[in-house]
Amino acid sequence: MMEFDVVDLSRLQFAMTALYHFLFVPLTIGLSILLATMETVYVMTGREIWKRMVKFWGTLFGINFVLGVATGLTMEFQFGMNWAYFSQYVGDVFGAPLAIEGLMAFFLEATFVGLFFFGWDKLSRRQHLAATWAVAIGTNLSALWILIANGWMQHPVGSVFNPDTMRMEVSSFYDVLFNPVAQAKFVHTVSAGYITAAMFMLGISAWYMLQGRHVRIAKRSMAIASAFGFASALSVVVLGDESGYEANLNQQMKLATIEAMWETEPAPAAFNIVAWPDMEGRDNLFAIEVPYVMGLIATRSLDTVIPGIKDLVERSKDRIRQGAIAWDALQKIRNDADGVGEDVRNTFARNADSLGYAYLLLPYTDNPMEATDEQVDAAAWSTVPNVLPMFYAFRIMVACGFFFILMTAVFFYYSSSGQLDRLREKRRWLLHIAVWSIPLPWIACEMGWFVAEYGRQPWIIESMLPTAVGVSSLSVTEVLLTLAGFVALYSTLLVVEVTLMIKYIRIGPDEDETVGDTRATSARPLADPAPVPAE
Amino acid sequence: MVLYELIDYSTLKMIWWLLLGVLLIGFAVTDGFDMGVGTLLPFIAGTDIERRVVINTIGATWEGNQVWFILAGGAIFAAWPPLYAISFSGFYLAMFVVLAAMILRPVAFKYRSKRPDPAWRSAWDWALFTGSFVPALVFGVAVGNVLLGVPYKLDPDLRMTYDGSFFGLFSLFSLLCGLLSVSMLVMHGSVWLVMRASGDIARRARRTGTVAAGLGILLFALGGYLVSTGFVEGFRITSEVDPNMAANPLAKQVVTEGGAWMRNYAAHPILWLAPGIGFLGLVGTLLLLQTRLEMLVFVFSKSAVFGIIATVGVSMFPFILPSSIQPEASLTVWDAASTHRTLFNMLVATAIFLPIILVYTAWVYKVLWGKVDEETIERDNHTAY
Repeated sequence: MMEFDVVDLSRLQFAMTALYHFLFVPLTIGLSILLATMETVYVMTGREIWKRMVKFWGTLFGINFVLGVATGLTMEFQFGMNWAYFSQYVGDVFGAPLAIEGLMAFFLEATFVGLFFFGWDKLSRRQHLAATWAVAIGTNLSALWILIANGWMQHPVGSVFNPDTMRMEVSSFYDVLFNPVAQAKFVHTVSAGYITAAMFMLGISAWYMLQGRHVRIAKRSMAIASAFGFASALSVVVLGDESGYEANLNQQMKLATIEAMWETEPAPAAFNIVAWPDMEGRDNLFAIEVPYVMGLIATRSLDTVIPGIKDLVERSKDRIRQGAIAWDALQKIRNDADGVGEDVRNTFARNADSLGYAYLLLPYTDNPMEATDEQVDAAAWSTVPNVLPMFYAFRIMVACGFFFILMTAVFFYYSSSGQLDRLREKRRWLLHIAVWSIPLPWIACEMGWFVAEYGRQPWIIESMLPTAVGVSSLSVTEVLLTLAGFVALYSTLLVVEVTLMIKYIRIGPDEDETVGDTRATSARPLADPAPVPAE
Repeated sequence: MVLYELIDYSTLKMIWWLLLGVLLIGFAVTDGFDMGVGTLLPFIAGTDIERRVVINTIGATWEGNQVWFILAGGAIFAAWPPLYAISFSGFYLAMFVVLAAMILRPVAFKYRSKRPDPAWRSAWDWALFTGSFVPALVFGVAVGNVLLGVPYKLDPDLRMTYDGSFFGLFSLFSLLCGLLSVSMLVMHGSVWLVMRASGDIARRARRTGTVAAGLGILLFALGGYLVSTGFVEGFRITSEVDPNMAANPLAKQVVTEGGAWMRNYAAHPILWLAPGIGFLGLVGTLLLLQTRLEMLVFVFSKSAVFGIIATVGVSMFPFILPSSIQPEASLTVWDAASTHRTLFNMLVATAIFLPIILVYTAWVYKVLWGKVDEETIERDNHTAY
């Protein structure tokens, strides 16, 4: 029987609520852009079929969107609820992007989403198009600010610890905004959202093609989804690579565990395709390697060495010792803020970067200055996340990414050469694959979240604050109650959501021209390119 | 770069205290009528079509309104980190109840009309009620607890420990505040329905709104009486405080005493305007709700919400979260803010985006304005909730 403490339970709750939230968000991010694109085509060509596509995919968007909003509520508040010390420790830096997300992005998205659904008869075509783009832009900007906040947790730039207020404070807001990790993460994450929406649209359209229903709408949706998806799939892989490169610069442990690289190898390092990492034995029981690839991806050079896990642990030991000095100076400053000498403050300032490492000793000793070698060794090894799940989560995500490139490329080829009808006759298996691939982007997104966030452990703020220190002073019972509550509530809502989604996919797009818009002109035959004049 | 020194640290703290008020009042004024309407839903509308009328008076705009709540959360995190940390972890289970209820709301709006089954629709109606009534009540109870002081301690690391329980939140005074909050929002929601619905629903809304306004007057007066007579003790700083100090809540002395929440009014009589506007709004709504001056009544109703919330703020100033068991650890405007730099940067962001938000929100309301009745629902059967 495993014994859970408040830290484990709070982490479990955060992971659970974030993973659930992230079931809905990528589709919202991608589908909002696809809706705006389709509506742009509608406004430019005046063809009713595009409007019906917007309305149909918009219905599915709406069913998904509300759960993104609902689960997002929890995200905004649970830092304070479960991670109070973290919130107090970093609010000066971390709170700003969250607040700006509300101001700049979420307000825009949430205000105009009402017009998207209810404004069809109250707005001109161009005005409605503007509302749809406002939703899409708001959604994507929202991702930007959340990832600026998250990027700072991965790579805390532009900030210093202030011993008088016991917290990290902003020294350069510019550095926080233009944090290279945040920028790479933003593009990687929204691209993942685009892929999710593209594969979703592709799969459902393929299902209609197999059924011989709504073929005209399905073909157009496939054309747009495959083109958009192909570009995004390339972007997600390339920008994923950018993330890997950034990780090598500042989260070397994350990279080493993704690769199950225990020892530092001569450059350029090999890439493990398959391995069975053994945490206890600190080695891989077996591994199949491709020479050079890892070194090339992570360092973009032939001669830069990537440190292995064991060397990184050795480096952590030095920083733990250094952190203990900072910790000791901090106690003196705190006990007598005004009386303490300049020399103590200088000692603190010199070692403050490693203060977080001293906190890693707190589970083993009350006074980091007196830590034994064994305690330092144990604390240093606690900086290694469990290698096996990191290794495989990453590989599943990457395999999905390459599969998406292949799938979208194939469909892009068939649609751009006007051969989608051939798929229905001769290559039905391809359509079947598209249908069965619908869950894959979600799997890839969740794996990506896992690699990024579990891979950051044991830190809540990389190298600055251990997760265990950031937790609120709550009881196990309280966190168990809310954890059970969230699991029950979210799971129920997820079941309802998927049921409704399937119901509305079965019903399909509205093929009756007269429904929904009294001003609708009749759908033009495909061969007729004459545009309807815009209003 | 020292651009941020253009504005004094102490001035910025004041501005952010005012902005906190703007956000909370913005939330209560806009999402407040959504909550009032949701609370009234199962009682004011019987048939499915009536319920759809009620829901569709707020259906297209409630989502934007709710962002005030999210933004208030984000802004508290950014501008008052200890307040964010202590209040949400201290009120942990209450906060969970609020979130669970509020999570139901977006889903209920969207999913209710997706199936015609009466049991399905009735279930979502109660979800809407829960998602509206529970937060309205708990927010009021929470404000009551803030006025009473919250049982938390801070150690020298500024780590908070909380010494209360979920049921400890419900005292006579905090329940009074909770009921005041519910009455205020039910009144506000009723006024909204009078404006946006018609026929039977509007007629019933005039009744519920009048009752709620009357109740609001009684509860607001009773609350004021309890505070002014010292039944509810206030807090007072007894040591010297430098408004420009670095933010550490442990560097002051505080006492609790009866009547301390009235000191600001004695020192600055102009502050009586806050409760004055609150009462004026309540009384105006009570007297005029039966007339045809619907838009004017809405102004009164908004003033009531504004005045009541502002009263809490100015009574407590400079406190924002007093501690009942370690008063010197209370959070005040002067010692619980973010840094000078962050407050300035956030002010710039707010000064740019808040006006833009107000403009497009007003435009969206204008586009969607108009009475909702059974005919409009039947005409837009596919798009309406």
